[in-house]
Amino acid sequence: MDYLYFPGCTLYTKAKNFDQTARNCSLLLGLELKELSNWTCCGATFPLATDNIMALLPPSRILAKARMEGTALTTLCAICFNVIKRTNRLIQGDGEKRDKINNFIEMNYQGDLRILHYLEILKQDIGFSQLKEKITKPLVGLRSAAYYGCMLLRPFEEMEFDDKERPTIFEDFLVALGAEAIEFPYKIECCGSFQSVGSPDVATECAYKILTSAIKNGAEAMVSTCPMCTFNIDQKQFDIKQKYLDFKPIPVFYFTQLLGIAMGLDYQTLGLEQNAIDPFPVLKGKGLL
Amino acid sequence: MKIELTRQKVHNEFAKKVELISGQNLFACYQCGNCTAGCPVAFAMEVGPHEVIRYVLLGLEEDALGVNTFWLCASCLQCTSRCPKGIDIARVMDALRMVVLRKKERKDHIQIPEFPEGFLEKLPQIAFVSGFRKFLS
Amino acid sequence: MKDNGTFVKRAMVIGGGIAGISASIDLGNAGYDVLLVEKLPSIGGRMLQLSETFPTLDCAQCTLTPKTVETGQHPRIKLLTYSEIEEVEGKAGNFLVRIRKKASYVDWEKCTGCGLCEEKCPSKNPSEFDRGMGMGKAIYTLSPQAVPNKPVINPSNCRYFKEGKCRVCEKICPVGAIDYEQKDRFVEERVGAIIAAVGFDLIPKENFGEYGYGEVPDVIDGLAFERLNSASGPTTGEIRRPSDGKIPKEVVFIQCTGSRDPERYMPYCSRVCCMYTAKHARLYKHKVHDGQVYIFYMDIRATGKGYEEFIQQGMEEEGILYLRGRVARIFRDGEKIVVWGVDTLTGRKVEVSADMVVLAAAIIPQKDIKELGKKLGIATDEYGFLTEAERKLKPVETNVEGIYIAGCAQGPKDIADAVAHANAAASKVQGLFAKH
Repeated sequence: MDYLYFPGCTLYTKAKNFDQTARNCSLLLGLELKELSNWTCCGATFPLATDNIMALLPPSRILAKARMEGTALTTLCAICFNVIKRTNRLIQGDGEKRDKINNFIEMNYQGDLRILHYLEILKQDIGFSQLKEKITKPLVGLRSAAYYGCMLLRPFEEMEFDDKERPTIFEDFLVALGAEAIEFPYKIECCGSFQSVGSPDVATECAYKILTSAIKNGAEAMVSTCPMCTFNIDQKQFDIKQKYLDFKPIPVFYFTQLLGIAMGLDYQTLGLEQNAIDPFPVLKGKGLL
Repeated sequence: MKIELTRQKVHNEFAKKVELISGQNLFACYQCGNCTAGCPVAFAMEVGPHEVIRYVLLGLEEDALGVNTFWLCASCLQCTSRCPKGIDIARVMDALRMVVLRKKERKDHIQIPEFPEGFLEKLPQIAFVSGFRKFLS
Repeated sequence: MKDNGTFVKRAMVIGGGIAGISASIDLGNAGYDVLLVEKLPSIGGRMLQLSETFPTLDCAQCTLTPKTVETGQHPRIKLLTYSEIEEVEGKAGNFLVRIRKKASYVDWEKCTGCGLCEEKCPSKNPSEFDRGMGMGKAIYTLSPQAVPNKPVINPSNCRYFKEGKCRVCEKICPVGAIDYEQKDRFVEERVGAIIAAVGFDLIPKENFGEYGYGEVPDVIDGLAFERLNSASGPTTGEIRRPSDGKIPKEVVFIQCTGSRDPERYMPYCSRVCCMYTAKHARLYKHKVHDGQVYIFYMDIRATGKGYEEFIQQGMEEEGILYLRGRVARIFRDGEKIVVWGVDTLTGRKVEVSADMVVLAAAIIPQKDIKELGKKLGIATDEYGFLTEAERKLKPVETNVEGIYIAGCAQGPKDIADAVAHANAAASKVQGLFAKH
């Protein structure tokens, strides 16, 4: 099975570990991720102003170019997934905007590209039970809390990813890897997103609530699927520690890093040194290294 | 604190602009506050999103644009997903940002030169691309 | 179907709740024969599940039982309980109705209503009558004062039907009334007019993702609270939370759960929740003096006689805190239930760590009402409520002559309005009969 792959600007650089582990795992899973030949940033936010058509152009271009190369596009970053999928829906539903956009970018895209998040590929095309069979090093006893964040789930009518109040796909994935999936109420609450630029203290507070909720429910590791969320709940733990002196740090993994460990990839290829909070103690403690 | 209402005040240009940019009908809001109740950043807001919508409807442009509410909005869409009247509150918040940012006199919400040393280098691109689009004119 | 030309002046009432009972008694007293068909084993409907009624706080059973007994003993009313309508043909004056008498596996002719079977039955399952608040037996009557006071066996809960074991009830019955071989029977009745008064249900709390999909313990709906408060209920009237039996001290009531919500659930107002929530709050405070009640509301709809005074009295005398705002989310945190709401009057977010949460869930029609509507040939609206012929001037008639509607089957209403509605339907039937 092959999919067109849109990494997104952050995965190319600051979140290289996310991208690399995904590619390595895909090889082992028999998935081919064909990176788009020519891509740009998606814009990092779906334009909520209805008259802002300029902001729709980058994702539209990505879609149009992808459609020339294939029929299904996947991405790892939750924000890119959200922007691209919502743009796709808009193009499908709004004929007037579609024509305007197509005229400007001088392409003819009709909205017929299939857009999937990598987790959806793992669930639908491979199947978690099949995935389980490819695990050589199950993450036994790793109490991992799946943090969904917002962009995968909302708006539900357009994303159609999973139940927006009680999603389970991520937990099913973790269980397939042999880990213990921790449920916690803040798993669908926002990390603060771009407020780490506008009002960093607010974002710190959001991250603190999420992490303490997970820790309270027994988590010893967080799992994320978005470089923005990861920045807020991983990197910003240093800011949290400055405000809340007795806060105990907890490592944050990209889900493909855990997938890589479970599939027996050499840990040096997992980019674990890019993780802000040192994940080695937890991994060593569980005998996973 | 008294408001004098007239029909022009209720159907004012400011409210019409916000409705146009957001594509939402502000008259549909029955002020249940569900948006504020579920908003993850409302704890830091001066007034909740439902109150800002009220200001706009009553033509209180200065009050509406003077609060930090819509600047703190992280566009997480929790409000939109739960509004019983189907109002996309996140769009209204963004529309308010646009009303300010699209004014002729440049009025950025964040001042890049004031960022601490090394701040931008640490941020992932995704953060400042989306952040700049939300906060810069 | 053969039309023998005579106009049968006999009425059938479908549904034995307070509306159905009121209509039957009216018609019986007016000298007409009435056939009352009820799908549960005994009559009384939702009022059987209530503890006290607003605005008087009268005991529901004390008000209801004289009516059910009167119905059961009325010379002109024939009761067919544990029965459902299969098919209806014909027209006003000459309806031929096929009714399924469900197998109760008990011979009601022999049964004396002694209650030994229910007492000795070893099987315990969550009771639907108790809205999951308590356990019930596989062989049961709905209440100690059931009319008729004859039990039925629910085969999906019965050990004999499921595994072939037990048969304790059969052994213990002093008159040998248990009959596991009983089958559904069909009867045909000819009637001249039909009143459909099949009542309501509450929207299941399992629908509300933001409130935990019904899986957060101690988040219950209004009818479940009634069962907790009832002397004949699973906790003999003590307000105890279902998870651990402790008495809750911080109780949150959420009005408009699923009502007035055009985007996600029902757009309409369920009319009775403001009143019954205030009632629940006051009854709770009568029993738990040091408890605190928080009611999240959007508006207060208290339109009947004495209703507004009832609400105000609750606030003034019991210190019930009304918070104007909705609740966005509920989740479990240890032993508490965290409630994220808002008080729009001060504009602030409000968080309560509650011991118990009661949802005033939207009133919806009974689940098989659309099929009944089809069988009768009458219209139902998009939610399933039976449609009246004209919204203002013909509230109890339908688009079919001879078929009338009464009670909550037509739309949410309180007991006083349901009785008035039923009286109106009975009077229309009498008017129809008088013309022929």
